[in-house]
Amino acid sequence: MTDHGKAVAGGSAPTPDEKLKGKSAKGADKPDWANGLKQFYDSVVDEPLPDELSQLLARFDEDED
Amino acid sequence: MTADQKRKLPERSAEDKKAFKRELTEVVPHLRAFARGLCGRPDMADDLVQEALLKAWAAQERFEPGTSMRAWTFVILRNAYLTDMRRNRFRGEYDEGVAERILTAPAGQEEPIHLSDLHRALLTLPAERREALLLVGAGGFSYEEAADICGCAVGTIKSRVGRARATIASMIEEGKVPERALEDPSAHRAILEELDEVAAGNGVTEPTR
Repeated sequence: MTDHGKAVAGGSAPTPDEKLKGKSAKGADKPDWANGLKQFYDSVVDEPLPDELSQLLARFDEDED
Repeated sequence: MTADQKRKLPERSAEDKKAFKRELTEVVPHLRAFARGLCGRPDMADDLVQEALLKAWAAQERFEPGTSMRAWTFVILRNAYLTDMRRNRFRGEYDEGVAERILTAPAGQEEPIHLSDLHRALLTLPAERREALLLVGAGGFSYEEAADICGCAVGTIKSRVGRARATIASMIEEGKVPERALEDPSAHRAILEELDEVAAGNGVTEPTR
Protein backbone atom coordinates (compact mmCIF):
# COMPACT_ATOMS: atom_id res chain seq x y z
CA MET A 1 0.00 0.00 0.00
CA THR A 2 1.24 3.44 -0.76
CA ASP A 3 -0.24 6.64 0.49
CA HIS A 4 -0.59 7.85 -3.02
CA GLY A 5 -3.96 9.42 -3.48
CA LYS A 6 -5.01 8.60 0.04
CA ALA A 7 -3.40 10.89 2.51
CA VAL A 8 -2.86 13.97 0.46
CA ALA A 9 -2.55 16.98 2.72
CA GLY A 10 -4.51 20.17 2.32
CA GLY A 11 -7.65 18.55 1.09
CA SER A 12 -6.54 18.40 -2.50
CA ALA A 13 -7.59 14.92 -3.30
CA PRO A 14 -6.44 13.88 -6.71
CA THR A 15 -8.97 14.27 -9.45
CA PRO A 16 -9.66 11.31 -11.64
CA ASP A 17 -7.59 13.01 -14.30
CA GLU A 18 -4.60 13.25 -12.03
CA LYS A 19 -5.02 9.68 -11.10
CA LEU A 20 -5.20 8.69 -14.70
CA LYS A 21 -2.16 10.67 -15.54
CA GLY A 22 -0.59 9.46 -12.34
CA LYS A 23 2.57 7.54 -12.52
CA SER A 24 3.60 6.02 -15.69
CA ALA A 25 4.42 2.46 -16.35
CA LYS A 26 7.27 1.73 -14.09
CA GLY A 27 6.91 1.04 -10.45
CA ALA A 28 3.27 1.86 -10.20
CA ASP A 29 0.75 -0.84 -9.62
CA LYS A 30 -1.25 0.52 -12.52
CA PRO A 31 0.16 2.57 -15.32
CA ASP A 32 -1.95 5.51 -16.41
CA TRP A 33 -3.12 3.87 -19.60
CA ALA A 34 -4.35 0.83 -17.69
CA ASN A 35 -7.24 2.95 -16.57
CA GLY A 36 -7.97 3.62 -20.19
CA LEU A 37 -8.56 -0.05 -20.83
CA LYS A 38 -11.15 -0.12 -18.11
CA GLN A 39 -12.69 3.07 -19.46
CA PHE A 40 -12.82 1.60 -22.89
CA TYR A 41 -14.53 -1.51 -21.60
CA ASP A 42 -16.96 0.37 -19.39
CA SER A 43 -17.85 2.81 -22.12
CA VAL A 44 -19.01 -0.07 -24.29
CA VAL A 45 -20.85 -1.70 -21.39
CA ASP A 46 -22.74 1.55 -20.87
CA GLU A 47 -23.88 1.85 -24.46
CA PRO A 48 -27.50 1.05 -25.18
CA LEU A 49 -27.97 -2.29 -26.88
CA PRO A 50 -28.30 -2.14 -30.61
CA ASP A 51 -31.67 -3.22 -31.97
CA GLU A 52 -30.41 -6.45 -33.48
CA LEU A 53 -29.31 -7.69 -30.12
CA SER A 54 -32.46 -6.61 -28.29
CA GLN A 55 -34.51 -8.30 -30.96
CA LEU A 56 -32.49 -11.44 -30.68
CA LEU A 57 -33.05 -11.55 -26.94
CA ALA A 58 -36.76 -10.99 -27.48
CA ARG A 59 -36.84 -13.90 -29.88
CA PHE A 60 -35.31 -16.10 -27.21
CA ASP A 61 -38.30 -15.32 -25.02
CA GLU A 62 -40.74 -16.44 -27.67
CA ASP A 63 -38.66 -19.50 -28.13
CA GLU A 64 -39.14 -20.38 -24.53
CA ASP A 65 -42.90 -20.56 -24.51
CA MET B 1 -12.06 -29.99 -30.77
CA THR B 2 -12.72 -32.77 -28.35
CA ALA B 3 -15.62 -35.11 -28.81
CA ASP B 4 -18.85 -34.34 -27.07
CA GLN B 5 -18.67 -34.92 -23.43
CA LYS B 6 -21.10 -37.64 -22.75
CA ARG B 7 -21.79 -36.75 -19.22
CA LYS B 8 -25.39 -36.52 -18.31
CA LEU B 9 -26.93 -33.12 -18.31
CA PRO B 10 -29.16 -32.36 -15.39
CA GLU B 11 -32.77 -31.52 -16.00
CA ARG B 12 -33.45 -27.84 -16.16
CA SER B 13 -36.40 -26.44 -14.32
CA ALA B 14 -38.48 -23.61 -15.71
CA GLU B 15 -36.88 -21.54 -13.02
CA ASP B 16 -33.43 -22.40 -14.29
CA LYS B 17 -34.40 -21.44 -17.79
CA LYS B 18 -35.71 -18.10 -16.67
CA ALA B 19 -32.56 -17.48 -14.73
CA PHE B 20 -30.49 -18.42 -17.74
CA LYS B 21 -32.28 -15.93 -19.93
CA ARG B 22 -31.98 -13.22 -17.34
CA GLU B 23 -28.30 -13.80 -16.78
CA LEU B 24 -27.62 -14.04 -20.47
CA THR B 25 -29.34 -10.71 -21.00
CA GLU B 26 -27.27 -9.16 -18.26
CA VAL B 27 -23.96 -10.13 -19.77
CA VAL B 28 -24.69 -8.86 -23.25
CA PRO B 29 -23.11 -5.44 -22.63
CA HIS B 30 -20.00 -7.20 -21.36
CA LEU B 31 -19.88 -9.43 -24.39
CA ARG B 32 -20.03 -6.34 -26.55
CA ALA B 33 -17.15 -4.77 -24.68
CA PHE B 34 -15.01 -7.87 -24.89
CA ALA B 35 -15.78 -8.29 -28.58
CA ARG B 36 -15.01 -4.65 -29.27
CA GLY B 37 -11.62 -5.08 -27.71
CA LEU B 38 -10.91 -8.20 -29.68
CA CYS B 39 -11.84 -6.88 -33.08
CA GLY B 40 -11.55 -3.27 -34.02
CA ARG B 41 -14.93 -2.63 -35.55
CA PRO B 42 -18.10 -2.14 -33.55
CA ASP B 43 -20.38 -3.62 -36.20
CA MET B 44 -18.26 -6.73 -36.49
CA ALA B 45 -18.00 -6.95 -32.74
CA ASP B 46 -21.78 -6.96 -32.50
CA ASP B 47 -22.03 -9.65 -35.17
CA LEU B 48 -19.73 -11.68 -33.02
CA VAL B 49 -21.89 -11.07 -29.97
CA GLN B 50 -24.93 -12.16 -31.92
CA GLU B 51 -23.19 -15.33 -32.96
CA ALA B 52 -22.09 -16.02 -29.41
CA LEU B 53 -25.59 -15.44 -28.06
CA LEU B 54 -27.10 -17.88 -30.52
CA LYS B 55 -24.53 -20.47 -29.57
CA ALA B 56 -25.01 -19.86 -25.89
CA TRP B 57 -28.75 -20.16 -26.27
CA ALA B 58 -28.43 -23.41 -28.16
CA ALA B 59 -26.04 -24.76 -25.54
CA GLN B 60 -27.91 -23.57 -22.48
CA GLU B 61 -28.28 -27.05 -21.07
CA ARG B 62 -24.56 -27.12 -20.67
CA PHE B 63 -24.45 -24.05 -18.51
CA GLU B 64 -24.14 -24.93 -14.88
CA PRO B 65 -26.45 -22.76 -12.81
CA GLY B 66 -24.58 -20.86 -10.18
CA THR B 67 -21.40 -20.52 -12.22
CA SER B 68 -20.34 -17.33 -13.93
CA MET B 69 -22.44 -16.55 -16.98
CA ARG B 70 -19.96 -13.91 -18.00
CA ALA B 71 -17.08 -16.36 -18.01
CA TRP B 72 -19.12 -19.03 -19.78
CA THR B 73 -20.28 -16.75 -22.56
CA PHE B 74 -16.84 -15.19 -22.94
CA VAL B 75 -15.48 -18.62 -23.77
CA ILE B 76 -18.13 -19.00 -26.43
CA LEU B 77 -17.48 -15.56 -27.84
CA ARG B 78 -13.76 -16.13 -27.82
CA ASN B 79 -14.08 -19.37 -29.71
CA ALA B 80 -16.34 -17.74 -32.26
CA TYR B 81 -13.81 -14.97 -32.65
CA LEU B 82 -10.95 -17.36 -33.22
CA THR B 83 -12.93 -19.29 -35.78
CA ASP B 84 -13.94 -16.15 -37.63
CA MET B 85 -10.42 -14.83 -37.47
CA ARG B 86 -9.17 -17.93 -39.18
CA ARG B 87 -11.61 -17.31 -41.95
CA ASN B 88 -10.12 -13.87 -42.20
CA ARG B 89 -13.34 -12.15 -41.54
CA PHE B 90 -11.64 -9.36 -39.68
CA ARG B 91 -8.71 -8.94 -41.99
CA GLY B 92 -7.60 -5.39 -42.20
CA GLU B 93 -10.66 -4.07 -40.53
CA TYR B 94 -10.22 -1.28 -38.13
CA ASP B 95 -12.50 1.65 -38.02
CA GLU B 96 -10.30 4.51 -37.05
CA GLY B 97 -12.98 7.17 -37.04
CA VAL B 98 -15.29 5.34 -34.75
CA ALA B 99 -12.60 4.46 -32.30
CA GLU B 100 -11.36 8.02 -32.22
CA ARG B 101 -14.76 9.31 -31.38
CA ILE B 102 -15.55 6.87 -28.66
CA LEU B 103 -12.20 6.60 -27.04
CA THR B 104 -11.55 10.15 -26.10
CA ALA B 105 -9.33 10.71 -23.14
CA PRO B 106 -10.80 12.84 -20.36
CA ALA B 107 -10.32 16.57 -20.53
CA GLY B 108 -7.59 18.10 -18.46
CA GLN B 109 -4.72 15.98 -19.61
CA GLU B 110 -2.19 18.07 -21.37
CA GLU B 111 -0.90 15.16 -23.33
CA PRO B 112 -3.75 12.78 -23.42
CA ILE B 113 -3.11 9.25 -24.32
CA HIS B 114 -5.78 8.84 -26.85
CA LEU B 115 -7.71 5.80 -26.06
CA SER B 116 -7.74 5.08 -29.73
CA ASP B 117 -3.96 4.78 -29.50
CA LEU B 118 -4.43 2.37 -26.69
CA HIS B 119 -6.92 0.34 -28.63
CA ARG B 120 -4.64 0.30 -31.64
CA ALA B 121 -1.73 -0.77 -29.52
CA LEU B 122 -3.92 -3.47 -28.05
CA LEU B 123 -4.82 -4.72 -31.50
CA THR B 124 -1.18 -5.19 -32.41
CA LEU B 125 -0.61 -7.60 -29.56
CA PRO B 126 -0.60 -11.30 -30.21
CA ALA B 127 -4.09 -12.63 -29.72
CA GLU B 128 -3.35 -14.49 -26.52
CA ARG B 129 -1.86 -11.49 -24.83
CA ARG B 130 -4.56 -9.21 -26.06
CA GLU B 131 -7.34 -11.32 -24.71
CA ALA B 132 -5.50 -11.86 -21.43
CA LEU B 133 -5.09 -8.14 -20.95
CA LEU B 134 -8.69 -7.47 -21.95
CA LEU B 135 -10.02 -10.00 -19.51
CA VAL B 136 -7.92 -8.93 -16.56
CA GLY B 137 -7.15 -5.29 -17.25
CA ALA B 138 -10.46 -4.24 -18.75
CA GLY B 139 -13.02 -6.84 -17.80
CA GLY B 140 -11.88 -7.13 -14.22
CA PHE B 141 -11.60 -10.91 -14.22
CA SER B 142 -9.23 -12.46 -11.74
CA TYR B 143 -6.20 -14.26 -13.11
CA GLU B 144 -7.86 -17.51 -12.13
CA GLU B 145 -11.05 -16.71 -14.01
CA ALA B 146 -9.13 -15.54 -17.04
CA ALA B 147 -7.11 -18.75 -16.99
CA ASP B 148 -10.33 -20.74 -16.99
CA ILE B 149 -11.71 -18.77 -19.88
CA CYS B 150 -8.57 -19.21 -21.94
CA GLY B 151 -8.00 -22.78 -20.90
CA CYS B 152 -4.50 -22.28 -19.61
CA ALA B 153 -2.60 -22.10 -16.36
CA VAL B 154 -2.85 -19.10 -14.06
CA GLY B 155 0.87 -18.51 -14.42
CA THR B 156 0.50 -18.37 -18.16
CA ILE B 157 -2.18 -15.72 -17.90
CA LYS B 158 -0.07 -13.71 -15.50
CA SER B 159 2.83 -13.77 -17.84
CA ARG B 160 0.68 -12.88 -20.86
CA VAL B 161 -0.82 -9.95 -19.03
CA GLY B 162 2.62 -8.86 -17.88
CA ARG B 163 4.04 -9.01 -21.37
CA ALA B 164 1.04 -7.28 -22.85
CA ARG B 165 1.35 -4.47 -20.33
CA ALA B 166 5.06 -4.14 -20.91
CA THR B 167 4.60 -3.98 -24.68
CA ILE B 168 1.89 -1.37 -24.50
CA ALA B 169 3.74 0.63 -21.89
CA SER B 170 6.82 0.82 -24.04
CA MET B 171 4.83 1.63 -27.16
CA ILE B 172 3.16 4.48 -25.34
CA GLU B 173 6.24 5.77 -23.58
CA GLU B 174 8.30 5.73 -26.70
CA GLY B 175 5.49 7.07 -28.81
CA LYS B 176 5.62 4.04 -31.02
CA VAL B 177 2.00 3.19 -31.27
CA PRO B 178 1.55 2.08 -34.86
CA GLU B 179 -0.34 4.50 -36.99
CA ARG B 180 -2.82 2.08 -38.42
CA ALA B 181 -1.65 -1.23 -37.24
CA LEU B 182 -3.92 -3.48 -39.18
CA GLU B 183 -3.21 -1.85 -42.47
CA ASP B 184 0.35 -2.86 -42.11
CA PRO B 185 0.30 -6.19 -43.92
CA SER B 186 3.19 -7.69 -42.03
CA ALA B 187 1.78 -6.80 -38.65
CA HIS B 188 -1.51 -8.24 -39.60
CA ARG B 189 -0.03 -11.39 -40.99
CA ALA B 190 1.78 -11.90 -37.73
CA ILE B 191 -1.47 -11.60 -35.85
CA LEU B 192 -3.16 -14.09 -38.11
CA GLU B 193 -0.34 -16.54 -37.70
CA GLU B 194 -0.62 -16.25 -33.96
CA LEU B 195 -4.29 -16.87 -34.21
CA ASP B 196 -3.82 -19.89 -36.38
CA GLU B 197 -1.70 -21.32 -33.69
CA VAL B 198 -4.20 -20.52 -31.01
CA ALA B 199 -7.08 -21.73 -33.09
CA ALA B 200 -5.27 -24.90 -34.01
CA GLY B 201 -6.23 -26.23 -30.65
CA ASN B 202 -3.99 -24.80 -28.06
CA GLY B 203 -6.13 -21.82 -27.34
CA VAL B 204 -9.64 -23.01 -27.96
CA THR B 205 -11.39 -24.10 -24.88
CA GLU B 206 -14.60 -25.89 -24.18
CA PRO B 207 -17.38 -23.71 -22.88
CA THR B 208 -18.08 -26.24 -20.21
CA ARG B 209 -15.65 -28.42 -18.52
